Order: sequence, then structure tokens, then C-alpha cells
Amino acid sequence: MTQPVSSAQQGGPDKGAAPAPVPELRKKDGPARIPGLRVDVRNLSLLGVLVVLVAVGGFTEPDAFLDTGNLQLILTQSSVIGVVTVGMTFVITSGGIDLSVGAMVALASVWATTVATQEYGFAGMLFTAVIVGLAAGLVNGMLIAYGRMVPFIATLAMLASARGLALQITDGKTQIVTVKPVLDLGLPDSYVLGIPPLVMMFAAVTVVGWLVLNRTTFGRRTVAVGGNAEAARLAGIDVRRQRLFLYLLSGLCCGIAAFMLIVLSGSGQNTNGNLYELDAIAAAIIGGTLLSGGRGTIVGSVLGVLVFTTITNIFALNNLQSDVQQIAKGAIIVAAVLVQRRTSAHGET
Amino acid sequence: MPETSRRRLLFGTAAVSAGALLTACTSNDPKSEDTARSAGPAADNKPGKPVTIGFAGPQADHGWLNAINENAKSRAAEYSEVKLETTEGSNDTAAQIGQVKTLINKKVDVLVILPADGKALTQVGLEAMRAGIPVVNLDRIFASPQAYRCWVGGDNYGMGLNAGTYIGEQLKDKAGAKVVELAGIDNLELTKQRSQGFADALKNYSNIELVARQAADFTVESGQAKMAQLLQAQKRIDAVWNHDDDQGVGALRAIQQAGRDEFLMVGGAGAKSAMDAIKADNSVLKATVLYPPTMAASAIDLARALAQGKGVSGLAELEIPTSLTLYSAVVTKENIDQYLPTGFS
Repeated sequence: MTQPVSSAQQGGPDKGAAPAPVPELRKKDGPARIPGLRVDVRNLSLLGVLVVLVAVGGFTEPDAFLDTGNLQLILTQSSVIGVVTVGMTFVITSGGIDLSVGAMVALASVWATTVATQEYGFAGMLFTAVIVGLAAGLVNGMLIAYGRMVPFIATLAMLASARGLALQITDGKTQIVTVKPVLDLGLPDSYVLGIPPLVMMFAAVTVVGWLVLNRTTFGRRTVAVGGNAEAARLAGIDVRRQRLFLYLLSGLCCGIAAFMLIVLSGSGQNTNGNLYELDAIAAAIIGGTLLSGGRGTIVGSVLGVLVFTTITNIFALNNLQSDVQQIAKGAIIVAAVLVQRRTSAHGET
Repeated sequence: MPETSRRRLLFGTAAVSAGALLTACTSNDPKSEDTARSAGPAADNKPGKPVTIGFAGPQADHGWLNAINENAKSRAAEYSEVKLETTEGSNDTAAQIGQVKTLINKKVDVLVILPADGKALTQVGLEAMRAGIPVVNLDRIFASPQAYRCWVGGDNYGMGLNAGTYIGEQLKDKAGAKVVELAGIDNLELTKQRSQGFADALKNYSNIELVARQAADFTVESGQAKMAQLLQAQKRIDAVWNHDDDQGVGALRAIQQAGRDEFLMVGGAGAKSAMDAIKADNSVLKATVLYPPTMAASAIDLARALAQGKGVSGLAELEIPTSLTLYSAVVTKENIDQYLPTGFS
């Protein structure tokens, strides 16, 4: 059980037989960084994509795109998936993957909106959403860290079971929220200085996520485990405990996101969080987090989320239909990654 | 008490659909017996010979589909001689084919099938018909008429048409009226049909323009997101038609969040939450166009009549019809009480 090889084996399947990307770690502190500003060039290029998008939006629909209402809208619609993506970024940075995020959001949101839970009001619903997220994350973490399951398989299993359980709880019905403080939190009257509470929660999670990943030993350990699990273990890091906490963290983010989704939509439904796993992974990847682990950027992930939401927003404002939206979205993902790779390669040589 | 509630349900259904004739005549209301002038033996409420009905539907992960299952089950339970063999609902074509085959092997007397995908289940429908088991095809139609004895289902084009006509009548005196459409899943044929019907109806009103259309995916979450975008894009509108009341929960939330109330909204399908809102008359939602889940109850009636070799009263025909398209009624505050019992959650 406690043989030293086990942790290295766990990290193996995700990364294939590729050698440990230790040079990547070094690059991060190398010339790819602009002095003074602790910003990765990759983030900068994504910021460029965002600027281009804003220009396109402003040019095609100046009245509807360039106003505060639309800014609030884009940020609000980024907030739920954004919180999920922050958790996902940690997991991917450690060389893992969490396919169950959408299902965990669905499960937490329906559990927190049952008639029984709603009796306990605002605090009861928030508590339930967070606890359900943590519990699902704990199961993922235990299976992966101590059950020696590959993250892909363990979280795939969680995806199936959590969706099933969510369906069982709702019986396919839409659960309408009647708790007034929860509903009010999503309405304009609760905006502080024009900032919706959901956006503030997103910002808070982002800041905490950034601090944890970049300024704590927990964050350093996460990067180390993703870079080379065996080296991390030899350096004295408890790799299994680290993995457990990472999936727990992802579950926590899903619980918070579920509560935010309840506030946003005023209901709980077992179809909530549909395909969040793909959206979160895509946002993290175009943000510059390595799918093979060893490097992660919260700022990049958040920018990735904003890019996706802005694209959707521009398409909707121009009344383009979903077929065109899907084609263009795919093309833009490829373009963003190509641009990013070119600029970062340029910056690093 | 059960007597009255059953009658209410029956009257609700009667008004909803062309299946009106069928359901009213299978009721135990003596009046319908009197008016029936069927040439042959017609199905009524009296227990006939024992019948086993096999029922295969998709996974009930959506309010409307859930209501379909409940309507079928409660209808079958009303007849003492009917035994309903249901399968675990599945959205997987291969799994559903297997389930229908199992029902064929069990030698049920008649099958009611709501396919996850009509075209993909055609072959197994043919197989059942060849094995001598009549098939009642519910809503999603098989590719070949040989695969079913009777089809009963909703009218998606008519749903759009009626929604458009209602909105048209409300806005006909308004010059330069702007209408917005919040559609359902775009890669479903039914969404295309609904949108076509809606567009065709609006063409009859020269003062109305369909200014924007976005497709959500039948979920509350997507309804909120897409409606918020539509409202941001259109600063002033006069009406919106939303294809589905489930996503309408999210759409209403987005409207509330945007603080807008200058327009009227029409829903679709007929969820209980939407009907409650129409009755309360305290939001922009003024009407909903039905896609009645009571069709599953009608399908059970038809299956029972088929198995017992009876026609339906109220029609001159000896046999039950091959095809039955239900009417998509517009439910407003005026007629809401009649339809409220059919609302699903």
C-alpha cells in the first residue's frame, strides 16, 4: 500500500511516458516574463485576443456591446463557469483531470434546492451546496489518491453517478427556488457600485486561487506534483495527500459554483452544468495551463473563460444562430492557441 | 373524489386535443354514451378482455417526458383489466431497441413506443408489427408507416403557428412591432418546425418584425443565458415567444434581472410553473402554447382499444385512425383553469 512507486504510477497514465517537464518549470522564471509585471506572455497574448474581440463587438454592435449592462452581463455569465475553471486549473496543473465538474454542479444545485433544504433558508442552501461539492470531491480524491485509480476513470465514474443521483433527486423536475434572500442576490437591487454579487464571488475565488497557486507551499507542491510526481515524492511531498486535497478543492469550487448558478437561474435542475467539464478544460488550456501538468495559470484560465463568454455574447448580439456560433467557436479556439504558441515561443527564444 | 378528478382530467384533455373525441367517449360520463354513434363496438370504460400493454419511452430527464410517463401509468391504472409493462427509460438507441425486443419476446398484446430517435427505432417497430403486435407510435414518428398501426403526437408546426397568431392578434394595432424568439435545441427537427410555424404566422401581420432569434437547449440555465443576451441586444421589444416552459423559468429570471416589462411573453409546452404565472398574471408571461403530455394517456386508450378489437366512439369508423395529430391550444388567463390539471412540473 505504502510502496514509494505507487504515487509515481498514478501520475504516469495522464502524462504518458514523456520525460518530466522540469525545463518548463524553469522557463516560467525565465525570459517569458515581463519584468516588473508578473504576467506570463501567454496571458498577454490571450489578453490581445480579448482586445480584438472587444473591437469586433464594438464595431459590429456599438450600442448593445459597449455599455455597462453588457459588461455586467459578460462578467455574470462568466462567473459560474469561471469558479469551476479555477478549481479545474489546480487539478490540471497537478497532472490530473476532473471530468465530473458539471455533474457535481448539477448534484449540488439540485440537492440545495429540494423543498426540504429550502426550509433552512439561505444559509442552509449555501451550506448544502458546498458540502455536497466537497463530499463528491472527497470521493474523487480518495479514489484517485488512495484507490490508485486513474483520474480520468475515477472522475468519469463520478460524472455518471452524480448525474444519475441528481436525476433521482429531482425526478426530472425543475425545482423552483422560493427563498427570497437567495433570489434577491441575483437581482439588480443587490448590485454594489454596479457590481453584481456573483461577479464579486467570482473575483474573490480568482484572487484566493491565484494566491494559493502562486504564493503558498500548497501551490508550489501542486506544480511540483504535476511536473514530476516521483521527484516531488523524493523531495518529501506527500503526493497522495496533495492529490486528495486538489480534488477536494475542485469539489469545493463546484459547490460554490452550484450555489451561484442557483442564484443566477432561481432554480435547480438535473441538467445544470451541462458540459461544464469541456468548457472548463478548454478555458484552462487556451489560458496556458499545460494539460500534461507542471504549469498552471489562474489569470490565463480566467481570461480563457472571458474570451469564450465574450465570443458567445458577440454572436448573440449579432443574432447569429447556433450553427454559425459553433463553427466559429471551434475556429477561434484553434486560432487562439496557434497565436498563443507563436507569441510565447517567440518570447522564450 | 377520484371520480371527479378523473372527469376533470378528461375534460381538460378533451379541450386540448383532437383526441378529445376518443377520451370523452372512453369516459364514464353517460352523456358521451348517448351521443356516440359508432357503427361498431367502441371502447368504453367498462372492463373488457385482459390486455397487456408494453410501454417503452426515453429517459425522463426533462419535465415533459416525465409527465409522459406519469400520464401513461396513471391512465393504465384506471383500467382494471389493463396491465402495463414499462421498461427503464433510455436515451440510448441500442438500449431502447433491446427493451422493445424484450417486450416483443414477452408477447405483450400491444406496444406503445415513444422512441428516443424515431428513425433509428423504425426497424424494431417493423419487427413488432410482423410479430403480430400492433404498435402505437407516440409523438416521435417512425420512418415507415409499416412500423406502426397508429401514430399519435403533437403538432410542432401548429405550436409555432398558434403562438405566432396569438402574438399577432395582441400586437396587430401596433406599428413597427418587434418580436423575439427564444428557440429550443437547434439540431432537433421539432425546433425547426416550431420556428417555421412561428415565422409563417407572423407573415400574416405586416406590422410585426421578427428581430432576433437565439436557440437555448431546453434547460433553465441556457434559458437564462440566452434570454439575457437577447434582452441586451434588443433594447425595446413587444413580444417574445419561448419554445419551452422549462427554459422559460430561466428566461423569466433573466427578464426580472434585466428589469424589463415592456413586452408580453408566450411560453411553450405547458409546464405547471408557467400556468401558475399566467394565472397569477404578475409577470410578462401571458400565455403558453401546449404540447400536451396527455397524449400518453390517449396512446394508452388507443392501445387498449386496439388490443380489444374495438373502434372509438364518436366517429363513424369501425377501426381507430392511423394517425392523430393533437391540437396545440393557447392557454391564457381566460381559460387557464381548464388546463391547469394538465400542467407538469
